[in-house]
Amino acid sequence: MLVNLPGPWNPWLGRLALSEIPYTNPILAPLFVVVVVLGLLMVAGITYYGKWGYLWKEWLTTVDHKKLGIMYIILGLVMLFRGFIDGLMMRTQQAMAVGPHASGMMGAVHGYLTPFHFGQIYSAHGMIMILLAATPLLVGIMNIVIPLQIGARDMAYPYLNALGLWITAAAVVLIMASLFVGDFAHNGWFGYAPIFELAYSPGVGVDYWIWTFQLVALGTTLGSINFIATIVKMRAPGMKWSRLPMFTWASLSANIIALTSFPCLQVAIGLVAADRYLGTHFFTAGFGGNLMLYTNLFWLWGHPEVYFVILPAFGMISEIIPTFSEKPLFGYVTMVLATFAIAGVSWLVWLHHFFTMGMGPYVSTEFSVATMLVGIPTGVKVFNWAFTMYRGRLTYTAAMYWALGALFLLLVGGLTGMMLSIPAINYMVHNSVFVVAHFHMMLLCIVYAIFGSVIYWFPKVFGYTLNEAWGKVMFWLFSAGTALVFIPMFMEGFMGMTRRLDWPFDPHWAPYLNIQVLGILVYVLSILAFVVMLYVSIRDRAQHRAAADAWGTSRSLEWLTASPVPFYNFAVVPQVNARDEVAWRREHGLSAQRASHYDAIHMPNNTGIAIIIGGLTFVLGFALTWRIWWLSLISLLAIIVMMIYRSAKGDPGHVIPAEEVERMDREAERTMPRADLPRHSGGVLGGAIAYDSGAAGEGSANLRGAPDYRP
Amino acid sequence: MSSAAEKVDPEKVVLWAGEHEGHDVISTRTFGFWLYILSDGMLFATLFAAYGVLSYAHSYYTGPTPAQFVAPWYTFIQTMALFLSVLAYGFSMTALKHGNRAGVINGLLAASVLGVVFLGLDIHDVLRMFGMHITPWTSGGLSAFYMLTQVHAAHIFFGLIWMLVMIYQVMRKEFTEEVIGRLISLRMFWQFQAVMWVFIYVFVYLWGYMS
Ligand code: HEM
Ligand SMILES: [Cu+2]
Repeated sequence: MLVNLPGPWNPWLGRLALSEIPYTNPILAPLFVVVVVLGLLMVAGITYYGKWGYLWKEWLTTVDHKKLGIMYIILGLVMLFRGFIDGLMMRTQQAMAVGPHASGMMGAVHGYLTPFHFGQIYSAHGMIMILLAATPLLVGIMNIVIPLQIGARDMAYPYLNALGLWITAAAVVLIMASLFVGDFAHNGWFGYAPIFELAYSPGVGVDYWIWTFQLVALGTTLGSINFIATIVKMRAPGMKWSRLPMFTWASLSANIIALTSFPCLQVAIGLVAADRYLGTHFFTAGFGGNLMLYTNLFWLWGHPEVYFVILPAFGMISEIIPTFSEKPLFGYVTMVLATFAIAGVSWLVWLHHFFTMGMGPYVSTEFSVATMLVGIPTGVKVFNWAFTMYRGRLTYTAAMYWALGALFLLLVGGLTGMMLSIPAINYMVHNSVFVVAHFHMMLLCIVYAIFGSVIYWFPKVFGYTLNEAWGKVMFWLFSAGTALVFIPMFMEGFMGMTRRLDWPFDPHWAPYLNIQVLGILVYVLSILAFVVMLYVSIRDRAQHRAAADAWGTSRSLEWLTASPVPFYNFAVVPQVNARDEVAWRREHGLSAQRASHYDAIHMPNNTGIAIIIGGLTFVLGFALTWRIWWLSLISLLAIIVMMIYRSAKGDPGHVIPAEEVERMDREAERTMPRADLPRHSGGVLGGAIAYDSGAAGEGSANLRGAPDYRP
Repeated sequence: MSSAAEKVDPEKVVLWAGEHEGHDVISTRTFGFWLYILSDGMLFATLFAAYGVLSYAHSYYTGPTPAQFVAPWYTFIQTMALFLSVLAYGFSMTALKHGNRAGVINGLLAASVLGVVFLGLDIHDVLRMFGMHITPWTSGGLSAFYMLTQVHAAHIFFGLIWMLVMIYQVMRKEFTEEVIGRLISLRMFWQFQAVMWVFIYVFVYLWGYMS
């Protein structure tokens, strides 16, 4: 070995030893038991009901973009919960430990978490929330929606899509393994040089962090190639660039960012790995290493990454608001331009994450001005949404609540971001909880948009709508939690509280920290409301069957096909005639028109190779973390062999005959409620007719006699 | 904004396209691979940035600097090997246009032999420097030197494996869309690695020699 490893190592198990399992830890040991019991129960349940075959055939080997999307979303929700528990622990620790005389328990001097444990929690929290919760949730929704919005049968590379999911899942399993085997990094989610060097962090924590990062980066890059190729190559006839739905535009720009920025992350983290595994000197404090090089390389990815996650959220808001305002999106072209302007500028601002590096007034000014420039296209977007609602016929559905909530958070987050972009202010509040509150506003804006779109697109995927009332209860609880946690956090930031304190020493912070704990409890209630919403919706699903156009006022192409979407997406590929095709057909009384002729459809086959390679990448990550060289080598070779095997085998796909397609389409049509009757009754009288439509007067929009609600 | 005032004749308007508009498999695949090349370009760009930052005098920590150990003429032979390999691959692609299986295989064989020559020279060079105790763990500057050059070498290595797989597939299979698509992708990959090598040769070897 090239580096002097502190502690024992043996050729078979690497650094792995029984003592690495924290069975004496009063928090982790019971948790481990719970996880094992739950896992066993699940396995037993699946075996009892004989569902293994179903699981393998329908889910684990699937290449269907909708099922992959659903699995991405489930993965993201589970990790959102895990990250939330981390947050809950940090909030309670700080509230318990505040002040010089705070007592301690369970080995901690103050509070109940030791500094080392606390460090692992905030590091895991940040990494999980950004890369393993928000990213899979967004990728999952893009996966489901993009092919439908552009009228494609599937993604450009269905197999690659499955591979991306399973590699992401491997990253999730790896970071979860760090809970129970060894420990996680304590250097913050973005890492600092040289604390993550082997000399200062001799454990496996940083190694878990490295390989989890590498796996997500790989999975996300594969996904971004797929999305870009799908949007560029797979659009239905007539889906010109000028007609592309806004969410698809936003996803396109976001994925261009991902494709170009994730390699920077891979290099940054890869060089850390080289330092730790090979003994190089990229970021060491001596031997000519450069500490700030790491920080630069990391944020060179890090800032584009934050726009990678927020641009799709903007796209979601741009779909929800027009639907529930019954108007086309205001300023479509400016919206597209603003999206790409943001994506471009996002490359020129990374230095604002460390103005305190002290790069001198000229460089600081450049990055300060560039950062403020982002505000212009963002402002364009906000005004576009506002003008979309202006004189629209608003329906306050739960989805609309979340979209509007996202706008408020965007405002708060954007304005505090503007404050941070001024170096003189930044020197005061850098690394304070003010920054933490800023980016939580932004990331919560994304979470709001995600909840909104889960409600919005749920009927398309599952065929019934979610319970509106419980969706709103959840919204209000979640928003109360957000206010209670983050308003005090902004104040603490001004009071000089720095981030990541396992022991907040100043007793003046105590009231604010206590309010935040209250906020966390309200968040817990909102999670309960979410569960109730799911339960009630599933129970009453028969009463809430959705039509093809589930909201009666939808606009883009995905609402043309049946709900739930059949596996082939569109029985007959539509010809696109307008920007908001579904709204256009509705306004011209064409909604009820059906294709007269069906063709045979060619679909890709399922494959187990993707999940096998995913599993192997987990083994590789785990073996590298624990320095089990033989296992790393074997799993790497196995991955290459699997890839060659797949390449030799190819996929002939299978064909669904035209009569079969026709039969399934008729069947779907028969079981769906009628499309043109307005379903939702709450709120303002809404109708199937767009606000600016003149069609209803001519009677053509109401082929089946829907009532005319126009004023 | 679509205005409902304009009349649309429900009998004439085309609402369904059907399956006849098939998607071109080869063009979709090569486009995706081109996107991968873009991300690979960013990977090299970042490595070049790291190399640039770590090539100040203090980065070598009073140890040897490239001016003392690079051998531009030696690396020039490497350059030629790689260029000729790309050329041979090009011949193989012209043979593909004529459906000439033997020509494709011969071109691929020549390209991979030249690739192996490149890699052999690279390994020999590394061993030479190791013999002089010039290693990646000498200093930050040398870490960056080795990382940049050897990441490129690793790309060449994987390209060679891929080439062997393709030789096998061309021998065993027809020229299916998939095989042709892969041959085109590999050509992009191979040519791109040659382009990256040009940058490495100029910025690392020539510039290093002169500074
Ligand atoms: C108007 C747009 C924005 C501006 C002007 C802005 C500005 C800033 C500045 C100057 C910082 C550095 C603060 C410091 O550490 O001293 C920062 C941190 C941060 N921002 Fe923003 N930002 C904006 C939008 C966003 C968006 C859209 C996101 C995410 C979706 C985001 C996420 C973050 C994160 C994650 C950090 C800090 C990460 C960390 O230190 O751990 N920001 N922002
Ligand atoms: Cu930033």
